[in-house]
Amino acid sequence: MARLTAYLSAVFAITRKDLAVEWRSRQLLASMLVFALLVILIFNFALELDARARAEVSAGVLWATFAFAGTLGLNRSMAIEREGGALDGLLLAPFDRSAIYLGKTLANMVFILVVALATLPVYGVLYNTSLWQAGLLAVIVLGAWGYSAVGTLLAAMAMQVRSRELLLPVLLFPLLLPVLVAAVRASSFFLQGLELAYIWPSLNLLIAYGVIMPALGFMFFDFIVEE
Amino acid sequence: MAKRVVQGRPRLLSVLNVASVLLMVAATLMVFLYAPRERVMGEVQRVFYYHVSAGWVGMAAFVAAAVAGIVYLVRPARKWDVLAVAAVEIGLVFSLINIVTGSIWAYPTWNTWWTWDPRLVTATVMELTFLAYLLLRQSVEDPERRARFGAIYAILGSLTVPLTYMSIRIWRTIHPVVIGSGDPGAQGTFAFTSPMVYTLLVSLLAFTVLGATLLWHRVLLGKLADKVEQLRLKALGL
Repeated sequence: MARLTAYLSAVFAITRKDLAVEWRSRQLLASMLVFALLVILIFNFALELDARARAEVSAGVLWATFAFAGTLGLNRSMAIEREGGALDGLLLAPFDRSAIYLGKTLANMVFILVVALATLPVYGVLYNTSLWQAGLLAVIVLGAWGYSAVGTLLAAMAMQVRSRELLLPVLLFPLLLPVLVAAVRASSFFLQGLELAYIWPSLNLLIAYGVIMPALGFMFFDFIVEE
Repeated sequence: MAKRVVQGRPRLLSVLNVASVLLMVAATLMVFLYAPRERVMGEVQRVFYYHVSAGWVGMAAFVAAAVAGIVYLVRPARKWDVLAVAAVEIGLVFSLINIVTGSIWAYPTWNTWWTWDPRLVTATVMELTFLAYLLLRQSVEDPERRARFGAIYAILGSLTVPLTYMSIRIWRTIHPVVIGSGDPGAQGTFAFTSPMVYTLLVSLLAFTVLGATLLWHRVLLGKLADKVEQLRLKALGL
């Protein structure tokens, strides 16, 4: 029990560190938010989001926005560790290295949630709809968790190879598609007000993904950062 | 005499070469001459035997790559990495055959070459995942790190295999389910008769043997490539 407490405090220390670094500059969140708004703007013109069309595509537009904005955060989350050899310091810390992974995953999830919570009302105002539904928010939390679980792991991998910023989206999006497909379907069903019986298959996939991916990351992170 | 770098071909592999040719011929003959003509879909239904067999080999190859990845992480040895990349390449080719044959069948049956049905989407995701695997390998120079990252990515990517297999069982879909019961909305389902079952089994066997034979050849090629890389590094004095 004491070991679990120590482990969790290490995890939260990493999360707190990442959030504190971001809070001092607020550079990343500002970029992610502006980028998210720009993506919505692009979709607006690309899809001609009139009243009828947008009811059906809202969920897709929102998730594409989160997914694109999220890659900025993932690149940044590992880039700050490269500067000044910060990662070496972290790896020397006397706790299991998977704590670094889980801590960073939580921090990345917080960034995505902040972007989502800021995007939803703006989208709602721009398109005159209300997106504040408990179901949709639950889907966003689940999706953000799955996204950052796989994203943090791959960002740690991409950081160490040639053409890293180029490679991360290519590695990330295929593995992310199950999350995105399930999240878009679940969100769209919630927005259409369908019964839970239709939504459960997608929610189950999101939950399964949110358990399997962090577990794999927990096991493999050590192999990724080892020298 | 110079030391032989290229080893002779193992005898079992020569046997497998012949066996895969014979089995493929037998399967093709059975598909066209023995299997009955399906009443509603007609001749195009015959592509089903290759479609299922290629899909099976593709998925099995991806799973094999993931297993090789797990073994590599536990006991790092070059041969597991060579096996993994060989399996991924074989898997990509057979999955592509699976997608193309499916498309050939879909045009007369669903009246479209392609539709964004869950099964087709997950199959595409599987293919893209392992294409990304090859891109990842290309951008890592250090062979040890390339093998380690490849192993991890193959294991993560292999999650798309059960997802593709299960996709027609968890979502509403128009893709027919052959094993077990499918969605009532599936279009192109047909009743299975025993000549069809025998033909399918022979096709499955033929594709499996063909896939294993190609895999073996690809592993031998990979070993040669490894040797060339080592010789080159030695010649450069590294």
